[in-house]
Amino acid sequence: MVAAFAPTPQHTGMSLVADRVSHAFDMNDGKLQVLDNVSLTVEPGEFVALLGPSGCGKSTFLRLVTGLELPAEGSLEVDGGPITGPDPSRIIVFQDPTLYPWRTVYQNVALGLQARGILKTHRSRVDQALSLVGLPEFANVYPHQLSGGMAQRVALARALVNDPRMLLLDEPLGKLDSLTRLAMQTEIVQLWQRKGFTALLVTHDVEEALMMANRVLVCSPRPARIVAELKVDLDYPRHRGDPRMAEMRREILHHLGLEDSW
Amino acid sequence: MSVQAAAGEGPAAGTSTLVRPTPSVPGAAIIVATVAWLGSAAITRLWPNATEDWYYTEELFYLKAAVAAVLLALAIVPGLARPKRRARHSAPWLIVLAVVFAVWEIVTAKIPLLPRPFFAPPQGLLEVYIDDWPRLVECVIASFLLLATGYLIGAVTGFITGVAIGWSKIMGYWIHPVLRLIGPLPPVAWLPVAFFTFPSSWGASIFLIALATAVPVTILTWSGVSSVNSSLYDVARTMGASRWFLVLRVAIPAAMPHVYVGLFMGMAASFAVLVVAEMMGVKAGLGWYLQWALGWAAYANMYAALLILALLCSGLVTLLFKIRDRHLAWQKGLMKW
Repeated sequence: MVAAFAPTPQHTGMSLVADRVSHAFDMNDGKLQVLDNVSLTVEPGEFVALLGPSGCGKSTFLRLVTGLELPAEGSLEVDGGPITGPDPSRIIVFQDPTLYPWRTVYQNVALGLQARGILKTHRSRVDQALSLVGLPEFANVYPHQLSGGMAQRVALARALVNDPRMLLLDEPLGKLDSLTRLAMQTEIVQLWQRKGFTALLVTHDVEEALMMANRVLVCSPRPARIVAELKVDLDYPRHRGDPRMAEMRREILHHLGLEDSW
Repeated sequence: MSVQAAAGEGPAAGTSTLVRPTPSVPGAAIIVATVAWLGSAAITRLWPNATEDWYYTEELFYLKAAVAAVLLALAIVPGLARPKRRARHSAPWLIVLAVVFAVWEIVTAKIPLLPRPFFAPPQGLLEVYIDDWPRLVECVIASFLLLATGYLIGAVTGFITGVAIGWSKIMGYWIHPVLRLIGPLPPVAWLPVAFFTFPSSWGASIFLIALATAVPVTILTWSGVSSVNSSLYDVARTMGASRWFLVLRVAIPAAMPHVYVGLFMGMAASFAVLVVAEMMGVKAGLGWYLQWALGWAAYANMYAALLILALLCSGLVTLLFKIRDRHLAWQKGLMKW
């Protein structure tokens, strides 16, 4: 069986269409162009990785999808409607866990429900989310008592408690030690398979992208343009030693101008 | 067992090496402290005073002897683990205090080395506490009410103003210049103006204490609110947080460590203003008592009031530390007062 998408019966995920999106930041002397004519489509329930060098603008693209900022040019649509602002159906997980240090793990996870005023009627979802990331017994612990991997799992639980239809992952494993990172790559894929949301991952780790995504979009250095697209039609769980993976890895490095490093 | 005993039973045993271990005090220290207090008591009793002025020398002797008796009881009575541990911890201080009291008494009452009447012996202070306590209690209550009223008004005002400046650009535009002009001015500089613009000197003092408290609380709250990591807002916003949620559940809790620094600074400033205000215009309180005692050349009363003032201020700072430690238990590595 070749599973292109999450093998859940119903696709709860949402689609995304970016049409010629460009974006720039105001700097002291003029503008800094970070995105240049980016067009892409993500199918409901798909897992897409945006791969590119650091600082190329891929994180900015993710931020535009959250709706925290609106694009300078071009259009972004989810499920056929334009993005006009943040919405709990699209949740982002950052490289830093950005937990609220004064809140316990439980209170951190409960944040989204509390913000929408539905915590009282949906308390069980908090416990479910904590179980999902394997931390039910850490509910009453403060963030400073957690390891990096645990903190990032809490951040994932805090995202999942909202039942997002699109999960935006902004290098969520970038600061973790390599062993935790390998474990969490598998965990995130399993969560995606169980929940059926659409996942958009930003990373600069080629192997990570190939281990997790259905499709890899390779970005150029700033301003980001999409220079290549690879379909990764391998079954999950994937294996790092798979020869087809090595082949794709080589191709991606070629697109990044790093064939010598292979 | 024997290894543990050899390593000492300090509370730091077995905890992180980053925690500085409390020096362990040998059990015999309580005996030494008992002897020191007995010696101090003997000096009071057996060495006659140089003058007849000090009526409460006998009472001072009983007091010192009582301290020695309590220490002796702690040393020999079995059980009482908790008070014993505390006494052992304080034993070095108790020894030093016995010596300090003895030396103080010798240079003021026994061989009056220090010029009289400016320096009072311990029995002089004791006399004030025994004879003048109703007035002192009245003064403590008056000072506390004045300070608490002014401080609370100032802290609440400063907190709200600080959040407003930190959060709203318009508020910042209007309040910031005022704060820059008034903030650096020492609050006591307002004293003359306040005393003739306010109907009562009590009202004027409340205003001054509130002002002295509000300025540092405002500035620190403001800096706390403006230094909140913007990702914390982003996370809450993507999850559907309203503006009020961002202020009340993100900005304010994140700013609290700063706010407490402001509250401590404001408290120190409020003590200064309290004493000056009571010395200059208010006809009650410990500041007034100090001034009154000076006027009558009642130096023992002055020292007695000064000691109470020190205990009052220290007690309030301790209280604020306790509140902070409870409130900010989530922070690690808090300084202990």
